[in-house]
Amino acid sequence: MKAYDTVIGLEVHAQLLTRTKIFCGCSTKAGLPPNTNTCPVCTGMPGVLPVLNRKVVDFGIMLGLATGCRIAPRCIFARKNYFYPDLPKGYQITQYEHPLCEGGEILIETGQGIKKIGITRIHMEEDAGKTIHDEKAPLSYVDYNRSGVPLLEIVSEPDITSTDEAVAYLRELRQILMYLGICDGNMEEGSLRCDANVSVKPAGSSRYGTRTELKNMNSFRNVQKALQYEIERHIEIRESGGEVVQETLLWDPSRGVTVSMRSKEESHDYRYFPDPDLVPLEIYAAWIDGVRSGLPELPLARRERFIGQYGLPAYDAGVLTQTKTVADYYEECVRLLDRPKEISNWIMTEVMRVLNEQGISITGLNVSPEMLTGLIALIDRGSISGSMAKEVFAEMAATGDSAGSIVEKRGIGQISDEAALRSLAREIIDAHPDEAGRYRSGKAGLLGFFVGKLMKATRGEANPKLASRIIKELLEG
Amino acid sequence: MLETARQYRRYEKSPVEETRAFLEKIRSEPFNAFVTIDEAGALRDARAAEELLKSPEPGALAGIPVAVKDNICTRGLRTTCASKILSDFVPTFDATVVKRLKEQGAVILGKTNLDEFAMGSTTTSSIAGPTRNPRDPSRTPGGSSGGSGAAVAAGLCAGALGSDTGGSIRMPASFCGITGLKPTYGSVSRYGLVAFASSLDQIGPMAPTARDAAVLFDAIKGHDPLDSTSVPRDYGPTELDGIDLKGLRIGVPEEFFGEGLNPEVKAAVRSGIETLEDMGGRVVQVGLPHIGYGVAVYYIVATAEASSNLARYDGVRYGLRAQDVHELSDMYARTRATGFGLEVKRRIMLGTYALSAGYYDAYYRKASQVRTLIAQDFRRAFSRCDIIAGPTTPVTAFRLDEMVDDPLSLYLLDIYTIPANLAGLPALSIPCGFDSLGLPVGMQLMAPHFREDLLLGAGISFQDRTDYHQEGP
Repeated sequence: MKAYDTVIGLEVHAQLLTRTKIFCGCSTKAGLPPNTNTCPVCTGMPGVLPVLNRKVVDFGIMLGLATGCRIAPRCIFARKNYFYPDLPKGYQITQYEHPLCEGGEILIETGQGIKKIGITRIHMEEDAGKTIHDEKAPLSYVDYNRSGVPLLEIVSEPDITSTDEAVAYLRELRQILMYLGICDGNMEEGSLRCDANVSVKPAGSSRYGTRTELKNMNSFRNVQKALQYEIERHIEIRESGGEVVQETLLWDPSRGVTVSMRSKEESHDYRYFPDPDLVPLEIYAAWIDGVRSGLPELPLARRERFIGQYGLPAYDAGVLTQTKTVADYYEECVRLLDRPKEISNWIMTEVMRVLNEQGISITGLNVSPEMLTGLIALIDRGSISGSMAKEVFAEMAATGDSAGSIVEKRGIGQISDEAALRSLAREIIDAHPDEAGRYRSGKAGLLGFFVGKLMKATRGEANPKLASRIIKELLEG
Repeated sequence: MLETARQYRRYEKSPVEETRAFLEKIRSEPFNAFVTIDEAGALRDARAAEELLKSPEPGALAGIPVAVKDNICTRGLRTTCASKILSDFVPTFDATVVKRLKEQGAVILGKTNLDEFAMGSTTTSSIAGPTRNPRDPSRTPGGSSGGSGAAVAAGLCAGALGSDTGGSIRMPASFCGITGLKPTYGSVSRYGLVAFASSLDQIGPMAPTARDAAVLFDAIKGHDPLDSTSVPRDYGPTELDGIDLKGLRIGVPEEFFGEGLNPEVKAAVRSGIETLEDMGGRVVQVGLPHIGYGVAVYYIVATAEASSNLARYDGVRYGLRAQDVHELSDMYARTRATGFGLEVKRRIMLGTYALSAGYYDAYYRKASQVRTLIAQDFRRAFSRCDIIAGPTTPVTAFRLDEMVDDPLSLYLLDIYTIPANLAGLPALSIPCGFDSLGLPVGMQLMAPHFREDLLLGAGISFQDRTDYHQEGP
């Protein structure tokens, strides 16, 4: 078999977290009974007109700035004409010839280091409703709650050369969207949707092969599997002397194959033209500056800062900045307790474990930064051992109680943790060689001096009897 | 209209009586001006107006019975666009213009007839049947706002709203011998106007006189946040006493007096312009070199937009749906095949073609560019004159049985009215004389953007001096 280069370009649709729809005042809230979030505008009644939601433009500019795009000083909405029951006007309002953003890039990490993936364009558009088919009846129903929910479409350059890169790009883009707080990034629920253009060509060739378009990949795993399947299919066809047909394919995740949806001949002529109901949108410099000043720190920059500012290993910094909420949680902990590496360890292990087990995000965690740093402080003071702390943490996560109250309730704080007390006691004795010597040479009264030191070191939490026995054992043993 | 308002205030007339009288007339009218008469709604409006009239400043429209073209949405009142596909459609909201009329106490008598989806110049393609011209019932009232034109001319309402995409207010105004204003694009909200060609459509008043048209225009104009193409600016009230024409530069473009213009129409318009001169106006020659492309440009832009605007009539959510269909594409095809009439289908086909891949540049893009040239022609012309005067239509009202079955020659009827829509300019049609059969001739006055004050002012002054507008059918 010859060697092949893979060429992939991704088209990602991100549903925006605006309060209202893009062209009317209806709520964007999901999960409501069908057709309750609707009005004459988003159901395409005769005589209605669209009015642009300014927030959508703000969000588009945010993503454009975050990906280094040029923000167009003047952009235009266009109509994409096609018939489908969930498209109430018979056309979708989108952008065609003059999109909001052009010419940016997203950096991804690959085995060979950082790679730039070009962003061709980012544009604003409205979502369609949902058609639900009842195969038994047979009847179809349409729910227009989603009709008019704002989307950004992000089109990449065909710079992606492997499935791993495609997934890395998608993860990075998702992370940026979530950092900006403009999309919840949920692929399973369709807030983030990914289509791909795939082709292969003989290694080193500059001529692109025929591409196919892949749709319906609603998870990272499916993106990976579908792309892998499609690349192999292209190569097989070429190896057997055939030609790849330009068509649109649907990924069938249950069977693990791509299925033809429509061929090039059947492709729609969308008859794009400027929407006469919406005037050209002028984006003045002050608007862009205003958005820029409100832009949060982006993942890659934050990762670098974590390494520099907290002395974290690159691996830790990468994990902690994966999501904005975790990074925010980490920084709040460090602000409360200056133990950057210990906190990192706790978050990467115990905290992440609980998040996975409970299937929640860090904002839903029972343990606040105050509580986590409180726990770490207890270990630092030697009140509890590391292994006991993990048990305490599990209980904190389950009950929402503080470390102190759990330790107290269980009676483990009063220095039932003999190992912890013993090591503290050893430190104290080592620090006072004179007194230790005098005790050993008969000055028994000095026992009280050492017990006092140990009590002080544990802020009185040590069990005095136990403390006295340990010191006695250490000095005499 | 102003006289009725005065009589109301002096309690010489009451809105309920007045409304009853109009409804009585409408019930027996032979012109088929209305698609729907709203007796209950009108009387409700009239009673509300009687309360309003007790307030210190009730406004000029309180209790005035008006009619609204049936492509303008009225809440709870059927709005058909004269099409089978919307024959049972009842809007859930009022168009902004209707809302404004109601807020000012106007009484809405009903919905007037039109060519299906306002596509036509004869008011003959309606599901409600053709409308007849009150000046001569064997003739067309013009179109597409022929129902409003006929209703005003026959005295079935004090004034009416029409819509004008390529001349649909001015042409019936001209044919029926009344006054009609196509306002500046963006000065009257389109929210609730069922779109034909969004970049050209504009709602405007049709009335017996320019003064009444001004009252109606003042009631409906102004910025509307629901229409992104509505222009936010300071819209002052129109001066109802007319303007002094002394020194007013009247541009007369040669292009408006060329081939195809009926000589009797030409003579009447020339004499109208002479009257304006007698009143102090000064005629200057202006050129509009690209105006000859107007009809061609219009039939690409308007049909392209229409093909998209009318896509929503698919049988899914409202309106007609073909029965006994088992496939989606079949439902679409049969719903639209039975729901739309011939002319509407013709324009959807034309527009779809003009926007198709491979033809877009040659048709739609080129047409948009020529449209810009036409707008530039007007800008240049208005640097040399204040208003432009010419004929509204090349002919007077023709007989319904003489109607040619040739869409191209019908399209050419709009040759003088289309340019104002393409350039977004305001244009007024006022009666300026009669042909040898006694049929009215309209003179069209055009002005720069947002200079309706000049048009209406000149129209009012002209009508104070002439009585073409008073010679009823």
